[in-house]
Amino acid sequence: MKNPYLPYPVRIDQIVVETEDKNLRSFRLVFIHPEDEKAFEYTPGQFAELSLAGYGEIPIGIASSPTEKGHLLFTVNKVGSVSSALHNMKVGDVMGVRGPLGNAYPLKAMEGRDVVIVAGGFAVTTLRSTVTWMLHPDHRKKYGKIYFIYGARTPGMLLYRDEMKKWQERDDIETYVTIDREHPDWKGLVGLVPVVLENVAPPSENATALVCGPPIMIRFTQPVLEKLGFADDRVVMSLENRMKCGIGICGRCNVGPEYVCKDGPVFTKAQLNKLPKEY
Amino acid sequence: MADMILKKKALADFLRSLGRSYQVFGPKQEGGEVRFGPADGEVLLDYQNSRLSPKEFFFPQSERMFEFNADPKAEDAFLLKERPANLRPRLLFGIRPCDAKAFAVLDKIYGNDQYTDTYWFDKREATTLIGLACNRPCATCFCTSVGCGPFHEEGLDVLAVDLGEDVLLRPLTDKGEKALEAAGDLAKAGKKAAASAKALKTEAESSITSRVDMDKVNERTVMELFEADHWAKVAQRCLNCGVCTYVCPTCHCFDIQDEVSGQIGDRVRNWDSCMSWLFTQHGTGHNPRPDKTSRVRQRFMHKFKYIPLKRGGDIGCVGCGRCVVQCPVNIDVRDVVRDMNA
Repeated sequence: MKNPYLPYPVRIDQIVVETEDKNLRSFRLVFIHPEDEKAFEYTPGQFAELSLAGYGEIPIGIASSPTEKGHLLFTVNKVGSVSSALHNMKVGDVMGVRGPLGNAYPLKAMEGRDVVIVAGGFAVTTLRSTVTWMLHPDHRKKYGKIYFIYGARTPGMLLYRDEMKKWQERDDIETYVTIDREHPDWKGLVGLVPVVLENVAPPSENATALVCGPPIMIRFTQPVLEKLGFADDRVVMSLENRMKCGIGICGRCNVGPEYVCKDGPVFTKAQLNKLPKEY
Repeated sequence: MADMILKKKALADFLRSLGRSYQVFGPKQEGGEVRFGPADGEVLLDYQNSRLSPKEFFFPQSERMFEFNADPKAEDAFLLKERPANLRPRLLFGIRPCDAKAFAVLDKIYGNDQYTDTYWFDKREATTLIGLACNRPCATCFCTSVGCGPFHEEGLDVLAVDLGEDVLLRPLTDKGEKALEAAGDLAKAGKKAAASAKALKTEAESSITSRVDMDKVNERTVMELFEADHWAKVAQRCLNCGVCTYVCPTCHCFDIQDEVSGQIGDRVRNWDSCMSWLFTQHGTGHNPRPDKTSRVRQRFMHKFKYIPLKRGGDIGCVGCGRCVVQCPVNIDVRDVVRDMNA
């Protein structure tokens, strides 16, 4: 029997401080045993438990795309004891990764359709994975138009800015990056994500929306999507809850009968309408 | 293998001969309560039920999952290593059918459609269960209405029935037959023994008059049950003390923690409880189950709605009544299910 709690050993290959408040860092991790990378076969939208022996594990969405070989990318907000310990790690340090865990975005079901991605703050991680995957030459032709709408409080709080600049230069994705209020260093869009979404007004016929962001953004984005004509089963969201096992056993992350770790984290709005709001 | 007969006088010898092949555990009187301990040729046959369920044999209250070297200079620093599973064959004699049924339910939870919890199944596979049918159920027992019963066989390898002078032993699995073969000299049970076991079963079942009904719970949607008014009433009394989760044979939630002492580190899993606010608290401070009502509701919804929905109709309660006896504010699970089913 394979022990599902045993992490793969990985080495920290690169650390990037992502935001001006220094609270978000991206960690590029490389598998110590090459065969582990093969075993770790993932899809955008999945997450993994980052394991720091002596501190514990935290569930974090995978920000890299399976099309980016040789490493995994995780962007981690410093909030608790494990994430704080991780923020103190250095390049070259060894830690563990357990996964991939959870379901994924419905990439197969979205084939032949437009994709509208709406993201806020640091919840953009698994959507970065998704965009990178869809823009890959092997996959881009499977999808219709791709819209990417992303916002943060200030320019300094935007993640992956350099990559998004490159997306803005491409003609096979419509990229809208916005900040909440005017800022001297910012010449781009200003306005809250739901407002930008309403102005862009992507057509909902034959489209799926992927939404990930802070609860307040989700709350104000839902009525806009409804107004644009997105049916509840075409609005896809990713949930977070406190987790330990990550494999549907330890009993804490459930939303009704569904375990966010195993049956989620990705649910459609139609599914969530039938479940308690315990997230 | 047919039903066998063990003379009660020979029980000690039976347990000792099992002891040659197994570590044998059974119900023992220990400071005013019944607990499972090393049998040493002697076990109780006339107890009603143990205060704690024997789930700790498979799901210890605290269990080391991995060890690691916490010396940062060591070659293998902070690399988690599996602990060698040194599992000698064990035999539990005299557990109650409700507790065995609980293990059968937990088998479906610790082994889901994607993952297998090695810590649970290692010990399950190394253990043989000889259950003892309940001739005298408690007033708080309601097993017969939750898919179980005083002579229920599910989850057991052998069912033992106390016939007075003799004990009838009914092998139910290959593991059970192997154990009875290892025990040696047993006589085949006659028709009379089988008839009196049957009579005892009927008598025990009819003595259980308390029950819960689930028909409306099964019909109603998750949200209908979740949004019902009665949860606030239960929560008013509840202290969120968690004793119900502690004594419950199907409560299986756990926490995982790392512990370091000097150069030695362990990743440990401990029993946890949905009654605790920390159980669901996010790193940001947000808590999706922030109050007593939501935590109380979770426990009953999990057992009587979520588990049946996800595990082919099995209920996450076996009617052992331990929570009814132990609750310090007299919350009775039967009343709660009556409210859910009202």
